[in-house]
Amino acid sequence: MAVANNDEIRILTPSGMLGYGFPIEHVKLGLTLKPHAITIDSGSTDSGPQKLGLGEMTCSHANYVKDMEVLLEAQQEAKIPLLISSAGGDGSNLHVDVFRDIMVEIAQRRGWRFKLAKIYSDVDKALIKKELKAGRIEPLGPVPQLDPREVDAATVVVAQIGAEPFNKALDEGPSAIGGVDVIVSGRAYDPSPTAAMAIRAGFDPALAWHMGKIMECGALCAEPVGRSVMGWLRRDHFEIEPLNPAERCTTASVAAHTLYEKTHPFLLAGPGGTLDLSQCKYEQVSDRRVRVSGSKFIPANPYTVKLEGAKTAGYRAIFIAGARDPIFIRQIDEILARVIDVTRDYYKEIPPETYRIIPHLYGKNGVMGELEPVKTPAHELCIIVEVAAATQAIATAICGKIRTSLMHAPYPGRIATAGNLASPFTPLEIPLGQACEFNVYHLMQVDSPTALFPVQYEEIA
Amino acid sequence: MTSVPTPLREIAKVVRSKNAGPFEITLDIIFKSREDFDAVKKSGVITKELISELYNVPTQAIITFGFFDLVNAVKITLPRPRAQGAIGETDMHAAQQHVPLQEICVPWPAQ
Repeated sequence: MAVANNDEIRILTPSGMLGYGFPIEHVKLGLTLKPHAITIDSGSTDSGPQKLGLGEMTCSHANYVKDMEVLLEAQQEAKIPLLISSAGGDGSNLHVDVFRDIMVEIAQRRGWRFKLAKIYSDVDKALIKKELKAGRIEPLGPVPQLDPREVDAATVVVAQIGAEPFNKALDEGPSAIGGVDVIVSGRAYDPSPTAAMAIRAGFDPALAWHMGKIMECGALCAEPVGRSVMGWLRRDHFEIEPLNPAERCTTASVAAHTLYEKTHPFLLAGPGGTLDLSQCKYEQVSDRRVRVSGSKFIPANPYTVKLEGAKTAGYRAIFIAGARDPIFIRQIDEILARVIDVTRDYYKEIPPETYRIIPHLYGKNGVMGELEPVKTPAHELCIIVEVAAATQAIATAICGKIRTSLMHAPYPGRIATAGNLASPFTPLEIPLGQACEFNVYHLMQVDSPTALFPVQYEEIA
Repeated sequence: MTSVPTPLREIAKVVRSKNAGPFEITLDIIFKSREDFDAVKKSGVITKELISELYNVPTQAIITFGFFDLVNAVKITLPRPRAQGAIGETDMHAAQQHVPLQEICVPWPAQ
């Protein structure tokens, strides 16, 4: 096993997202560079609240098996730690256990043995409400103050794991089984696994977090954008290079990467502090490799972690239809408004505040809504009407009523009297199931960076 | 040299939008060179007031607005019109909200 010496620690990240796949030959190439650890994230809030709200995962079970099998094989061959964060996308306890089960299945089939640590990140709702009362929870960005009723409504609330719980798992593995080979964690700040390895080896936390921040997206920092990336962290700088020989890191591509999906271009807040990249220096050390120095880390006092939670919010149904008649398209807003009025009147017995009707008019303003600068609609429209209600039956019924009314609605100048809509699919009304909404996105003060995150160890064979 | 009003889509290397977490949208305009960045900055066309108008957001609600010379970029972060993925969502990843920026015209040397 390669041990980080005093001068350098090397990290291999195969991809920005476990489950999206990556070229195996580039990971093999990375292994010849003798990394001290493999880190890979599988989390994101980016595809929506339904993961936290309904316990769904970002990728399919089959994709996770495929990616994990390649990485476990690398771990077995190279005898280096494999750190996987934010299991399943949301990092709930449920998905940490799903990942653990996938590993057991692979290990049994391949005859592999390894020591596993699981770090859990679901937060007890009673604790959140207690801390809320104590004034230790604040909104993160343009979010309302947390209401204890929203805590109760959330399906699950997770907290983002910093570097410390990973190091605890690596250092405190029960002596009976020796060191830990593989970590699967709940919701983690994406750079945490890489930063943890480097901080544990005694390197500058600012450089460790910055390298982690770049590597958590795989080779997104390269030109063209790629998958697998390798980082070399030394005493006063780090270097970054994509593993695909057809890609290169440039000073511009690495510097600009920190803009991506971030609120601020050089202040990046995370568990326990903020990374300040305003004084960074980027140097091209080879055609494909960039050296970074000058990162700063400003520790937060008190230490805070981000809470994430989502709730279910009723059921939805939609219909999808085309419109091509220019006389109809010219009047679409007025026609739809009349149809919605008729529908609300028809369903007088359903309290109006318990359901919502939202038209999406593609070809007019479907993508940007009121912000759409182009006011002239296209020659054809795709009309999607979204109905949200308390039950699937009500949502689908209202949706059907709107569709049939719109199909046959009279309007001034109408000469196409047989029907107004071109419907491509059955079912004509499509039930979408439960809707979800993010309802917890707050910072909570903690007394210890590890207290919220229990670690469990087991030997997989 | 004569200059003509030229849209940013013909000048910038990158004009993009994306979620920054479920409650914010962030917009990046990255220029090809320091010269282009400086010229656009000096034109004074891109202001908080313009962003406020294009995105229907009060200037005081703008979370980040600035010209950042370290990366030759303008970065703007705004509150999302609704929480990501909530009922009524039109753009889950907020990946197609950049177009009004592309159309901003700045005086530019005629080709």
